[in-house]
Amino acid sequence: MEATNQKIELTVTVNGTRYEREIEPRMLLSDFLRHEIGLTGTHVGCEHGVCGACSVLMDDQPVRSCLMFAVQTQGHEITTVEGLGTMDALSPVQQAFHEAHGLQCGFCTPGILTTVTAFLETNPDPSEEEAREAISGNLCRCTGYQHIVDAVLLAAKKKQAAG
Amino acid sequence: MATLDHNDKKVIGKRVVRNEDPRLLTGQAQYVDDVDLPGMAHAAMFRSEYAHARILSLDVSKARAYPGVLAVFTADDMGADCYPGPPLVSPPPTVKDVVFNSRRQVPLVKEKVRHAGEVIAVVVAETRYIAEDAADLIDIEYEPLPVVADIEQALEADSPLVHDDLDSNLAAQLIQTKGDYEAARKSADVLIRRRFTIERGTAAAMENRGIVAQWDAKSESLTVWDTTQAPIPIRNGLAARLGLSESKVRVIAPFIGGGFGPKIMMFYSEEMLVPWLAIKLNRPVKWIEDRRENFYATTQERGQVHDVEMAFTRDGKILGIKDDFIHDTGAYDPYGLTTPLNTQSHVMGGYDIKNFTSEFKVAFTNKTIVTPMRGAGRPHGVYVIERMMDIAAKELGIDRVEIRRRNLIQPDAFPYEHGIIDQAFAPLIFDSGNYQAALDETLKAIGYEKFVKEEQPRYRAEGRRVGIGVLPFIETTGVGPYEGARVTVEANGKIAVATGVGTQGQGHFTSFAQIVAEQVGVDVTDVRITTGDSAHFNWGTGTFASRGAVVAGNAMHAAAVMVRKKIFKLASKVLNAPEEELELENGVVRVADIPQSSISLKDLAVLANPLRGAVEPGTEPGLEATAYYGPQYGPTAFGVHAMIAEIDPETMMIKILRYVVTEDCGTILNPLILEGQVHGGVALGLGNAYYEKLHFDENAQLLNASFMDYLLVGSTEMPRIDVRHLETRSPLNELGTKGAGEAGAIPVPALFAQTMEDALYDYNFEIRETPLNPNRLFEIVREEKTT
Ligand code: FES
Ligand code: FES
Repeated sequence: MEATNQKIELTVTVNGTRYEREIEPRMLLSDFLRHEIGLTGTHVGCEHGVCGACSVLMDDQPVRSCLMFAVQTQGHEITTVEGLGTMDALSPVQQAFHEAHGLQCGFCTPGILTTVTAFLETNPDPSEEEAREAISGNLCRCTGYQHIVDAVLLAAKKKQAAG
Repeated sequence: MATLDHNDKKVIGKRVVRNEDPRLLTGQAQYVDDVDLPGMAHAAMFRSEYAHARILSLDVSKARAYPGVLAVFTADDMGADCYPGPPLVSPPPTVKDVVFNSRRQVPLVKEKVRHAGEVIAVVVAETRYIAEDAADLIDIEYEPLPVVADIEQALEADSPLVHDDLDSNLAAQLIQTKGDYEAARKSADVLIRRRFTIERGTAAAMENRGIVAQWDAKSESLTVWDTTQAPIPIRNGLAARLGLSESKVRVIAPFIGGGFGPKIMMFYSEEMLVPWLAIKLNRPVKWIEDRRENFYATTQERGQVHDVEMAFTRDGKILGIKDDFIHDTGAYDPYGLTTPLNTQSHVMGGYDIKNFTSEFKVAFTNKTIVTPMRGAGRPHGVYVIERMMDIAAKELGIDRVEIRRRNLIQPDAFPYEHGIIDQAFAPLIFDSGNYQAALDETLKAIGYEKFVKEEQPRYRAEGRRVGIGVLPFIETTGVGPYEGARVTVEANGKIAVATGVGTQGQGHFTSFAQIVAEQVGVDVTDVRITTGDSAHFNWGTGTFASRGAVVAGNAMHAAAVMVRKKIFKLASKVLNAPEEELELENGVVRVADIPQSSISLKDLAVLANPLRGAVEPGTEPGLEATAYYGPQYGPTAFGVHAMIAEIDPETMMIKILRYVVTEDCGTILNPLILEGQVHGGVALGLGNAYYEKLHFDENAQLLNASFMDYLLVGSTEMPRIDVRHLETRSPLNELGTKGAGEAGAIPVPALFAQTMEDALYDYNFEIRETPLNPNRLFEIVREEKTT
C-alpha cells in the first residue's frame, strides 16, 4: 500500500504551457489533465479505452488519456481541446463542427475534435468513407455521426481554402 | 386560439446554428464532473456482487482506518435517514382495477440485495483513488438466494420473491379495452397469433451520472450539481427529504452529456446519499459514476414478452387486436406504469382499430431497475403491430405497403379518440396528422416502386440479397403537467430567459432562443437561455417524453408574447405613436415610415425600470413576463421510415444502402436540430435492432458490462439518413409543435426485421424478437429451415 503514496516528479507541456507536478505514479493522464491542472475539456466516458471521449494529442498523435498514466507523458507535448481554439477564435475544425451541427450534448466532442484535427493533417482531403473510418474509434450517442462526418468534410474544405 | 401565422415566421423554422456550440467546442462548458470546490471529498460506492442475497455480516472497520478516508457509512449508520425514495407516478384513483405494488430503492441496502450493483456502503475520502482502495477493504458475507432472472418465470407460482412482503412478483397489472374484441374476432376471416420477445438494453449516454453537493452550514443552504433531467423535482424532493426549505436548496443541472431517459430516475441511491453526506460531513462531496457502475446501477429498459392476436378481414382490414404482455421492471418500480402504458398506447400504431384489449403485468426481477429510456415502451408497441402487419400481409397475399394504407387513420378522422389512457393517465387522443402523405413521401424518396420492380429482381438475379422495408409509426409526445419560462429584456438589450427543464444536448439554447427572438425582435444570439437551475427558475417537471419543444417551448412563446406586448405599450408612450404603427426588429422599436422615431430595447428596458419617478399603478416594472403551459393531453407525432439493406447470408453482416425518414412533428423550430435528433434516434434504434442486448445469465449477472462487449453503433455502420419533413401543426398549442426527441428510435427494430425478411426472401423464417445480431439471425434462419 505504501508504494501508492510515493510521488514522482512530472514535467509536461500542455497546450504550450509547461507544468511541473509531483504525482502518484498511478494517476491516469485523464485525471491529471482534468483534476490536477483543471483542463476539464477532456472528458471521460468509459475509462477503458473504447469511447474515445478522452482522446488528446501527444506530440500531435491522438492517444487515449484514460489508458495512459500521466507519468508516461514526461517531456512530451500534449494538446487538449482547450488548445485547439477559443470561443472567439474557433479552429477550422471547431468552426466546421459548429456550422454542420456536429455535436449535440458535446460530451464526445473534445475527443472527436482532437482526433479529427490530427487526421486532417495526414489526410487533408478525405472521402466520406475515410472520414467515417477516422472517427470510428469515437463513440457518439447523440448524433448518429452524420453531422460529424459532414463537419469533418467541411473542416477539410475550410483548411484547404485557408491554405 | 391565436396561432402564430405559419407563413410569416422570421426565426422559427430556420436552420440556425447553435448558441451553445462555442462553449462546448472549446472545453468551456461545465459538466458535473468539472465542478471543483475547495475541500471537496470524493465518494465511492460499495455495491452488491450478487443479484439476490441476504447480507449476513458487513465489516467496514478496515476501510474506515485506511489513511485518507473521512468516513464510511452503512444503512445502520444512516439510521432513520435511510428510507426509500418517493413513488413518482402512481396511478390516480380514476384508473380502475389497477394493481400497483410500489416498491422503491433505498440509499443503502440493509438486509437483502435485490440486484447486482445495489449500494451497500459508501466510502468518502480525500481522493477518489483512496475511496476506491478503501472500498476494497470492506468485508461482507452474503447468503446467496435463488434468483429471479426471467420475466415469465418471475410470475410463476413457485418463483422466488424479490420482495418478501408481497405474495408474488407482480408489481402492477392493468387491462385496457376499446370496442369489443371478442365480437371482432368472431367475425374475422383470419386470426393471427404470435409471441414477441424484446430484450433489455441500456441508454449508454456518453457521460455517466454524477453528483456534487455543497453544504453551507452558516446559511443552512445546500447546492447540488446533478446529471439529472429533472432538476426542479430533485430540488423539491431533496428539500423534503432533508427537512430543508425549498428556497434553501439549489439544484443545478449544468451541461449534461446525454440523458435519454435514465437520468430522470428519482431518486437514485447516490442522489439521496451524496447531499446527505455533504451535510453530515460538512464538506463538499463529489461522486462520479464509472462506466461499469453505469451498466449495473443506471436504469435500463426494453424487456417485454408479448402474446398477440389480431383479427383481419380477407382484404386486410384490421378488425381488432388483443395484446397481453409482461413488462420487466427490475428490482423496484419507482416509475410505476409509465413504460407499459406507453406500450399500450402504441400497440395500435397509426391505424384505425375499433376493437382492442390489452392486459399488462409488470414483474419484479433481480435486475437493474427499469425506467423509461428514449422510446420508452413505444418501440415495443410499434414492433408488435408492425410485425403483425407484415405477417398478415404475407398470409393474406397483400402488398405490405398496401395493407398499411388500407388501415391508416384518415386525415379527416382527427382528433382520433382511442378511449384508453396514455402514460400520463390522460386520454389517448391523436390530435392531428396526415399519415398517408408521410407514407407517400417516403415511398417516393426511397424509390419503392422502382426498387421492387426493377432493382430488386436484378439483385436477386445476381444472387445478392437486398431487401427493402417501409413502415409507419406514431409517437405520443409533449405530455403535461406543465412547464414555465420567464423572459426578461435586460438593460444591456439582451434577452434573458429561464426555464426549469434541463438540457442534455437537444439544442434548447437555440431552439428556445428562436421562439423568443421571433416575438421580441432580436437576433437569436442575443437571447440567453438558462435551463435547469432552480435558482433561476424553480417551477417545472423535467425533460422527458419528447416534451421540451412542446411544453417548455409553448411556455416560452407565451412569456415572449407578453413581453412583446409590454414593449409595444411602453414604446407607444415613449414614441408618442399608436401601437399599431410600431415595428419591432433588430432590437429596435420604430414608428413605421418614420425611421428617425425609434427606441432601442436597451433604452426601453432602462425606462421600464426607472430609478426615479413612479411606476404607474396597475403596471409592473421591467420588460419581463413569466408564463406557463400545461396541455390537457399531448400531441402525437407521426412518421415513416424506410430502408434498403443488403445482407450476406454467410456471415449475416448487413450493409444499409439507403435510409429515409419522413418526420411530421408539427411546426419545426429548427430543421438542423430536428435532423440531428432524428439521426441520433435512428442510431439508437439500429443499436436496439441489431447490436444492443444486455446479456444476463441465470443468476442475473450481467455478462457484457463494458463497451468492449456491449456494442454501440459506430460511424462506419451508420448509413446516411435522408430526412424529409412534413408539418401537420398541432391544434393543441399556439406554436403547433409536437415532440420529436424519441421518434428516430421507435420504428427501427420493426423496420429492420421487415427488411431482413425481405432480403433473405428465399429462406423461410420469421423474426419475432429484438435485438438480433449476426449470430442470432443465423440461428433463426437455420432453426426455421430445419423445422
Ligand atoms: S474514456 Fe478513454 S476511451 Fe473512453
Ligand atoms: S454529442 Fe452527445 S455523445 Fe456525441
